[in-house]
Amino acid sequence: MSAKLVQKLDRVVIRFAGDSGDGMQLTGDRFTSQTALLGNDLSTLPNFPAEIRAPQGTLPGVSSFQLHFADHNVLTPGDAPDVLVAMNPAALKANLRDLPRGAAIIVNTDEFTKRNLSKVGYVENPLDDGSLDSYDVHPVALTSIAVEALVSFTDLTRKEKERAKNMFALGLLSWLYTRPMDGTEAFLKAKFADKPEILEANLAALRAGFNYGETTEDFAVAYEVAPAAMPAGTYRNVTGNVALSLGLVAAAHRAHLPLFLGSYPITPASDILHTLAGLKRYGVATMQAEDEIAGVGAALGASFGGALGVTTTSGPGLALKAETIGLAVSLELPLIVCDIQRGGPSTGLPTKTEQADLLQALFGRNGESPVAVVAPATPADCFDVAVEAVRIATTYRTPVIVLSDGYLANGSEPWRLPRTADLPDIAVEFATEPNAVDDKGQPTFHPYLRDPETLARPWAIPGTPGLEHRVGGIEKADVTGNISYDPDNHDHMTRLRQAKIDGIADTIEPLVVDDPTDDADVLVLGWGSTFGPIAAGVRLARATGARVAQAHLRHLNPFPANTGDVLRSYQRVIVPEMNLGQLAMLLRAKYLVDIESHTSVRGLPFQAGELADVIATAVASVSDVPLKEAAK
Amino acid sequence: MTTDLGMPSSGPGAPGAHGTAGVPRLTDGTALTKKDFTSDQEVRWCPGCGDYAILAAVQGFLPELGLKRENIVFVSGIGCSSRFPYYLDTYGMHSIHGRAPAIATGLAATREDLSVWVVTGDGDALSIGGNHLIHALRRNVNLKILLFNNEIYGLTKGQYSPTSHVGQVTKSTPLGSLDTPFNPVSLALGAEASFVARTMDSDRQHLTSVLRAAAEHRGSALVEIYQNCPIFNDGVFDVLKDRTEAAARILHLADGEEVGTAETVVVRDDRGSLAVVPRAEADPARIVRHDESAHDPSAAFALSRLDSPDLGHVPMGIFRNVQRPTYDDSLREQIASARTGEVTDADIDALLAGRDTWTVGA
Ligand SMILES: Cc1ncc(C[n+]2csc(CCOP(=O)(O)OP(=O)(O)O)c2C)c(N)n1
Ligand code: SF4
Ligand SMILES: [Mg+2]
Repeated sequence: MSAKLVQKLDRVVIRFAGDSGDGMQLTGDRFTSQTALLGNDLSTLPNFPAEIRAPQGTLPGVSSFQLHFADHNVLTPGDAPDVLVAMNPAALKANLRDLPRGAAIIVNTDEFTKRNLSKVGYVENPLDDGSLDSYDVHPVALTSIAVEALVSFTDLTRKEKERAKNMFALGLLSWLYTRPMDGTEAFLKAKFADKPEILEANLAALRAGFNYGETTEDFAVAYEVAPAAMPAGTYRNVTGNVALSLGLVAAAHRAHLPLFLGSYPITPASDILHTLAGLKRYGVATMQAEDEIAGVGAALGASFGGALGVTTTSGPGLALKAETIGLAVSLELPLIVCDIQRGGPSTGLPTKTEQADLLQALFGRNGESPVAVVAPATPADCFDVAVEAVRIATTYRTPVIVLSDGYLANGSEPWRLPRTADLPDIAVEFATEPNAVDDKGQPTFHPYLRDPETLARPWAIPGTPGLEHRVGGIEKADVTGNISYDPDNHDHMTRLRQAKIDGIADTIEPLVVDDPTDDADVLVLGWGSTFGPIAAGVRLARATGARVAQAHLRHLNPFPANTGDVLRSYQRVIVPEMNLGQLAMLLRAKYLVDIESHTSVRGLPFQAGELADVIATAVASVSDVPLKEAAK
Repeated sequence: MTTDLGMPSSGPGAPGAHGTAGVPRLTDGTALTKKDFTSDQEVRWCPGCGDYAILAAVQGFLPELGLKRENIVFVSGIGCSSRFPYYLDTYGMHSIHGRAPAIATGLAATREDLSVWVVTGDGDALSIGGNHLIHALRRNVNLKILLFNNEIYGLTKGQYSPTSHVGQVTKSTPLGSLDTPFNPVSLALGAEASFVARTMDSDRQHLTSVLRAAAEHRGSALVEIYQNCPIFNDGVFDVLKDRTEAAARILHLADGEEVGTAETVVVRDDRGSLAVVPRAEADPARIVRHDESAHDPSAAFALSRLDSPDLGHVPMGIFRNVQRPTYDDSLREQIASARTGEVTDADIDALLAGRDTWTVGA
């Protein structure tokens, strides 16, 4: 074994960057799996271009994958990488500004040719001109060493051999951070089961990378990051989109309803369609519709028939679905609408994250058209939020909009597996009997006779004898559901529909505040995917002695019942959002509290350090106790 | 890459199966009547509207299906015609403008035990809902789509529609409409529809026979129904309602029979185009015999092109009636063959765990 030094670290942030054809997402994924199996806590952030293959070697073509892993609880993918793996000059140039001085850079020197350098505007080779002197640069001829390692593979072309360079890089990093590679080897064996030559080449490149680390003098030390102390249980690594898909399946199972997905492909939501399409074994039906309107229409038709109708999309698609969601509000049928938000308006930034659809979700329909809105906080939380969305939709017979985003969708973290049997029991009861008598004293069915507790109407599905009825988008008379244009009835029904949604607050958990010292004057409140960065920012701020409280909203409509009380009990309330202050506006309007909005719409999650500074400033303004210098 | 779809060889989705196979039937000896299909809602179309006759025909026909009433669903869009479901005592949904085919697709895909009907208008189906209509036909979802064509927007009080003839003067086209209309039958054939027919509100018997054939057909059936709107487009089909005029103009489509009237007949020229000629002049070798189950839709399409704006010749009846797998049956089949039994909590646990898990001890 290696005679080299092994040094312990408590945390590392690595960014793999290369051309979009270099396989960086796969490399990152595999390194993440190896890291997860080792028991580190982790968080990942893939970042890829909107173009499938931008011209090779150019800045727009750079694709990257960042991973933060540690021997303790991890909240974000990390503000700044400790290590950058740059597969070409474009990857170096695009990522260098994010690197702190002293960070390690592993560069593939083979790609630093005159031509490639000039493609990205380097006049001098940065590896030679001293411009990287303040970094710890490790030049490695990754491509040529990988090709060299594959000399015996005479049937493979040079191009095919070059393609294995990402496995070589993975092997090298696996050595550097002492990660076991068995998982990746098994993965490759499954992936290339019917291409033995390619499989062997990839395995050889992987091992060559590992051995290179062990033998070369350029890497003097290998590192270890001990497993994190995590609650006992069985874990897997999961992305938000996969967790959301699994949550929908598990919830449908608990509700004893068949799951029907009607969807039209759109980034970053398509992976949910892909995942669910592969789950026919579990009775899941998926339909790739002709457009978003048909996707949600088919889902609503399925709900009318007694299935759990689901549709998945991103912002532009949510806009198209608006009218049908309004119909579902009027029909009072369960419907799950997942909006995996991306940068807008219009096509906006398809592959970048944003949370600017909040107001669209709440209000983006004609008429008074209230729906429940929930948002997951982390990739794994997408599972729980999907279950909660299904609970609300089926209990209250209402559309529920789930607001995830690109950051959660593609980011991943360890997930402690729940037991299916422990998930909430959300079994649905369909109406089977008449619920009224008509003027002639005959039993009859009133489709809008409500449950006094939830205000939900009965779900009577076709095929149920004696309950034949018609529903539609025209205003209907309370109780009977017959068409009604009566002014008082419309006023009454509008208020009833609102009261039903407001009443959901009775069955959701109160807003929980994390305030270790119990005497903070400043509250940081967030929603959705900002949870990780906010919690990390709060942690940094507290380390400097700042007394700050944190709370996070999962339910955006209705808000938890105690939200106003919580807001009013702090001197200052800061709401960071990846939009221009949408939640802040809602809270101000509803609770008359002077919310301070902190916003950023750069297509990227907040950085913990940035939020820590915002918090520190706020805390300093209301406190006489000086804070320690931040330990950054 | 193609893959064996594992098409059902028996059961409701088997080739040649009846359109209502899989839908629960009334027990022997019981039957429903027209009255059983009449809801308690007051019908609110204008006096003389062709929709009344269609409603009566449908209510009169439905008992014939022998199905349980609760297993029949009518889904409509928006328009005068789309009020239809309120007047039928079945399950029904009056949805939103143009979207009924999409909504009905989700329902039909998840409920093999339902007979699903769509009611739509020329604006609903061909303007705002054109995309959903062609895709429902292409997919061959087991839906019966009744398209009430009055060549006008009735509900919004008289604007021209995508089936209005060029030059039609309406509220929104005071100097005459400019755009070429759709021929709904040609459109449906172009969209790969497996069953396409045309009939008329006033011909109860023909309408009923077409409904019967549509119901029998497994797959999507598009039935264009010429419907008079006495308020905004009165009399557009009047020449087809006059006995002598109708006899001269309507080309009855009957499977295996020559296509023509008493005086005229349809012949095919060397280039495959069709023409209507006096019987006396027709070369017997060129006379067209209708074959509704022809796999190639070209002949049906050519027939649909015999329409002319002055209703000189109007083919009526079933243009096309072919068997091909339906989307909903195939989807159910994919699920059924992937299934390995009831899904248990343990199955879901295994699904959640995936392939790479690790355990942290207590
Ligand atoms: C989204 C939307 N746009 C417009 C309308 C207005 N609208 C209602 S029905 C209709 C046209 C109906 O024409 P058609 O489908 O031919 O039905 P008809 O009334 O003639 O039976 C229009 C434009 C609407 N209800 N919804
Ligand atoms: S406007 Fe025309 S189509 Fe509408 S109900 Fe009146 S007559 Fe019938
Ligand atoms: Mg019309």
